[in-house]
Amino acid sequence: MDFRFTQDEEAFRQEVRRWLKQEIPQRWIDLDPGIWEETEESWALAREFQRKLGQKGWLAPAYPKEYGGLELSHMKRLILSEELAYNRSPMSIEEEITVNWVGPAIMLFGTEKQKKEYLPKIARGDIVLCLGYSEPNAGSDLASLQTRAVEVGDEYVINGQKTWCSYGHLADCCWLAARTDPDASRHEGISIFIVDMKTPGITLRPLINILDRHSFNEVFFDDVHIPRENLVGQKDKGWYQLVMALDFERSSIGYAAGNQRVIEELIKYVKATTRNGEPLANDPLIRNELAQLVVENEVARMMAYRIAWMFSKGVHPSHESSMSMVFISEVMRRTANIGMRILGHYGELDRDSKWTVMNARIMRMCLSALSIGVGGGSNEIQRNIIAIRGLGLPRK
Amino acid sequence: MDLGLNEEQEMLRESARDFLRRECPKQLVRRLDESDEGYSVELWRRMAELGWMGLIFPEEYGGSGRNFLDLAILLEEMGYNIVPGPFFSTVVLGGLTILAAGSEEHKEEFLPKIASGEMILSSALTEPSASYDAASVKTEAKARNGEYVINGTKLFVLNANVADYILCVARTSKTKNPEEGITVFLVGARSPGLKCTLLKTLARDKQCEVVFDNVTVSKESIVGKRDGGWPIVKDVLQKATVAKCAEMVGGAQAALDMAVSYAKERVQFGRPIGSFQAIQHYCANMAMDVGGSRFVTYKAAWKVSEGLPAVLDAAIAKAWVSEAYARVALSAHQIFGAIGFTMDHDIHLYYRQAKAAEIIFGGADFHRAVVASELGL
Repeated sequence: MDFRFTQDEEAFRQEVRRWLKQEIPQRWIDLDPGIWEETEESWALAREFQRKLGQKGWLAPAYPKEYGGLELSHMKRLILSEELAYNRSPMSIEEEITVNWVGPAIMLFGTEKQKKEYLPKIARGDIVLCLGYSEPNAGSDLASLQTRAVEVGDEYVINGQKTWCSYGHLADCCWLAARTDPDASRHEGISIFIVDMKTPGITLRPLINILDRHSFNEVFFDDVHIPRENLVGQKDKGWYQLVMALDFERSSIGYAAGNQRVIEELIKYVKATTRNGEPLANDPLIRNELAQLVVENEVARMMAYRIAWMFSKGVHPSHESSMSMVFISEVMRRTANIGMRILGHYGELDRDSKWTVMNARIMRMCLSALSIGVGGGSNEIQRNIIAIRGLGLPRK
Repeated sequence: MDLGLNEEQEMLRESARDFLRRECPKQLVRRLDESDEGYSVELWRRMAELGWMGLIFPEEYGGSGRNFLDLAILLEEMGYNIVPGPFFSTVVLGGLTILAAGSEEHKEEFLPKIASGEMILSSALTEPSASYDAASVKTEAKARNGEYVINGTKLFVLNANVADYILCVARTSKTKNPEEGITVFLVGARSPGLKCTLLKTLARDKQCEVVFDNVTVSKESIVGKRDGGWPIVKDVLQKATVAKCAEMVGGAQAALDMAVSYAKERVQFGRPIGSFQAIQHYCANMAMDVGGSRFVTYKAAWKVSEGLPAVLDAAIAKAWVSEAYARVALSAHQIFGAIGFTMDHDIHLYYRQAKAAEIIFGGADFHRAVVASELGL
């Protein structure tokens, strides 16, 4: 057992830090968009930054070199993810989904042509895909999706409705799950497609999120014709591909590192703030709660490290990723709640007031953290996975 | 970074698990819990033969020269099985103190006997104030004619009733800083004036009141230096805290395993209760608590093992594991329902262990206070 990073890894961490210090644009720092607060401007900044990351090979560092990656070790990827998140780098959720879900699925199931076409673009940051998974009646029960794709000649014709499609209005393509065999059982008859978002027949309706930003969309597909070659993998076997791609790499280390930063800011705040003539840092309740957050975040970090370590040993985690995800999502919510309690009325203030503290991060997080633990498989679904896959409890 | 066990550690774990499954069945655990001595001479001897008591001592003192992490792994297995007896007080509290701070004579005299299972140790730190800080040490040791005379009452002293020697933490000088003026003495448990009374406790874990009434010891019985005892105590408390966490991780794993296996078998409404989401989610939470506990504990144990500063990591581990084990044991009870509420069932053995372990060496609040200080709050 050894909890140390190697000298080489530590040097890599320093290199990443130096690079981020140089490359994160001031405008991004000024905008300080939290999760789900992206705007068109911040999206553009993020795309530019991601291309720079791509040039370094750090956008998709795990990919094989022939596809624009570095085949970086799991530990260095862990370090990179930690530093990107801790330093609040201009990244977007869709970018991470593109690199970590879509790319690996193409690598596993795509044709040679698809690999050559998409993977280098993904690794360079030249293409971002949004997810076309959820539907109005297919949320946690994703396998009940109804959007149809019918093979007609050299094309597929798509009809149906997707929802919660984050950044669909800004993404280049959609990674779409559609039903190709309506008569097959639920998990059979689903296929995966890449759909250019500019294809005629696609219309979007914005869904304004709880932070009052346009991040999600309803996406309507009306007789959308796409080339047959945009099918990824085996027809009708999309469900299994989708599940495997979901497992690819979810260490959630980024969340733990990002949350670490918030906790550090809270600690700094209570050290610097006096209330009723007493430093907040002397309040035993506040000390207790902040200490607990530090404890929990460390537990979360160890859970994430464990996943990276399993990968590095060639072991494929399954329920361990769910544990890590559930745990950090709940720590983040508690961080926001405890932050609110510590800041009191000041925690309620949004940005743009002279009274604002911590750039309103806590009030924003109070809202945004609601999504962690819902999106990408709710915590209830994750707990089912832990119970059934991890502990072998019966389904029926 | 490597979060795995090496081959030797895997072997240690496997052999400990095997041995305890065979040699320490729950009938024995119950019998020992109910007895006054709280340990089995036969089991103790066999554990010594396996080299467990001397695991962490250097070979020159009859040990196997393994490290603290190895000891933590053994303790995890002991916690999994619940091994009643004075192992913790003898090896961790006593042995590690002597190893770290004892004179060469102490080491030569005590360590081989501990390793061979001939000697049982106990450590008397806490007093009626029931806390782990230096200011709470009121027991006095006064120098007289080249000897020391100890007076005071120690409380919650583990296994003093069967100990051959008791490490007594006493005040030798009155100083402004309570951490100064403390000395650690090795006191023969059958010294005149020493009176040990067994306390009845929740975990039936043989905690004692030990009264020192003019107990006289030689100056050679001082471990370390006169008035220099607190750093020794602090050092061993840190190790004991982490060692206890390791034991707790094992216990929590056992409670989880028992509950999961029951949930798979117990049928209600025509289906195993483990197929109900409510039960599944209890189990998932328990698994998260166990998994989370294990790796913060290993990290702290690794730091202690490597001789790195571990104040923060030990406090994080104990703050987390204390509450996590308690939650796991409680959820296990909920899953077992009424059958768990009987003396016949085994799960209460773990619940009792969890409660005692939560408190010893400071509970979660105590360790969160340490974390807060370490963060500069």
